[in-house]
Amino acid sequence: MAGREWARFDARERLFRLASVVVAAAVVIGSWEWLDMSLRYVTSAPLQVGDLFGRMYPPDWGYLPNAVGPLAETIQIAVVGTIGAVLLAAPVAYISAENTTPNRATYALGKVIVTVSRSVHTIVWALLFVVMFGPGALAGTVATAVRSIGFVAKLLGEEIEEIDFGQVEGVRASGASPFQLLVYGIVPQIKPALVGVSVYRWDINVRAATILGFVGAGGIGVQLFQAIDSFAWRTVSALLFAILAVVLVSEGVSAYARRKVR
Amino acid sequence: MLETENLGKTYPTGDEALRDVSVTIDGREVVAMIGPSGAGKSTFVRCINRLVEPTTGRVLLDDRELTGLGEDELRNARRDIGMVFQEYNLIERLTVMENVLSGRLGYVSNWAALRRNFPPEDVERAYELLDLVGLDDMEDKRVDELSGGQRQRVGIARAVVQEPKIVLADEPTSSLDPETSRDVMELLTDIAVRRDVPVLINIHEVDLAEQYADRILGLHGGELVFDGPAADLTEESKGVIYRGEEPPESATAVGGGEPTDVETADRRADREPLPAED
Repeated sequence: MAGREWARFDARERLFRLASVVVAAAVVIGSWEWLDMSLRYVTSAPLQVGDLFGRMYPPDWGYLPNAVGPLAETIQIAVVGTIGAVLLAAPVAYISAENTTPNRATYALGKVIVTVSRSVHTIVWALLFVVMFGPGALAGTVATAVRSIGFVAKLLGEEIEEIDFGQVEGVRASGASPFQLLVYGIVPQIKPALVGVSVYRWDINVRAATILGFVGAGGIGVQLFQAIDSFAWRTVSALLFAILAVVLVSEGVSAYARRKVR
Repeated sequence: MLETENLGKTYPTGDEALRDVSVTIDGREVVAMIGPSGAGKSTFVRCINRLVEPTTGRVLLDDRELTGLGEDELRNARRDIGMVFQEYNLIERLTVMENVLSGRLGYVSNWAALRRNFPPEDVERAYELLDLVGLDDMEDKRVDELSGGQRQRVGIARAVVQEPKIVLADEPTSSLDPETSRDVMELLTDIAVRRDVPVLINIHEVDLAEQYADRILGLHGGELVFDGPAADLTEESKGVIYRGEEPPESATAVGGGEPTDVETADRRADREPLPAED
């Protein structure tokens, strides 16, 4: 049985794989050089971190009663922003799903709305809306909603594309109106996704809303930004713990709701 | 009374699924439509309520022409046609009662439909039908918790609650085991008598068709090749329906089953019947 050779890759493939590694390495090295980063600060980092923690300890728990209002505002920005987003995203999802969109123009419109909404970060939207509505929770809420429309519409639209059309046909055969087809044929099929996506987005929005205050768009970020600005590190650490607690609770609620609906 | 005149359907792909099918169904007849997979049975029943748009011919229900109706009128006309499906086509995540009442959607406003607010007489009728099909006390179960046979009973209740002028059943037994299939066929024939409506059943199990139907329609290659009482279905006529054989002089078959180039494929389909067509 001599003479039988086997190789996973032939010469061409080996050359291609080698070239891929070389290109990847070149990109990494090139980027590093171009950024002109210095490792000088890395050596002093442990000292700096220790120093910062020293100044943060013990957290100023006494400040927290002042944080309750802004924290509630943060959650409310996320709640109202998400509800608004889901209401606005529903028709967008309907027109951006291939099987329900009325025509090619509406399909394209749906895709454009989704892309525009998703390609701009919440903070950038917030900067725009602070200019339009002035500083405060309204700007943050609208920014949250606008950013979330694309996310919710995209996932719901994909869910609509997956539905079993037989169920719609069954309702259609009894003489139902287009609205009734939607309510009986489509909505029950996407309901778990609707709840799951909404709650998941709310959870993301709670986290995003904690820093909206950095650009003056309301929530706990206002206090956090002021505390950092005035080097009140003990207040900062207390606030960070409070934010952590809120985020953990919202993640728990989100996970529970998604498990519950089927 | 349902009449089709020269009903035909050619799909955009160029496949001629149905050609010149003219039948009249009346009274409380149970009519079984048989034929090999791909013969056009499913296309035919779907053309009646225009879930599939026919390309030629006319459909008349009690002398009202359904072909050519606008969207709103078509919806009204569909209220008079109950339909039972092979895959049940129920709303899986809703309850049995919601599914049965969805047969009344053509009679309630969108707002009432959204709130599940159906007239008391509709609810009463739905309860009666659930008793009739043997699903008493199941009204609040979700359909996805039911067995296939139970689902098909819900499907039948949904079709009958419409108080239709005709019930169409598209392969109602193909997803069921033999025992349950017979129960469903018995239920459908029972409904024809009790409700005094004709029932048109697409079916590929010839023995069930012979056992339960008053009359049999045979389709081959999209053409009607047999139309007669179940008792008249001979081995020769089965040959015409399933293998496209030339009918003997004495046969009751209508039209001629000219041999086609799909004949060999049909022979294969006859030996190993496919569970679904289209």
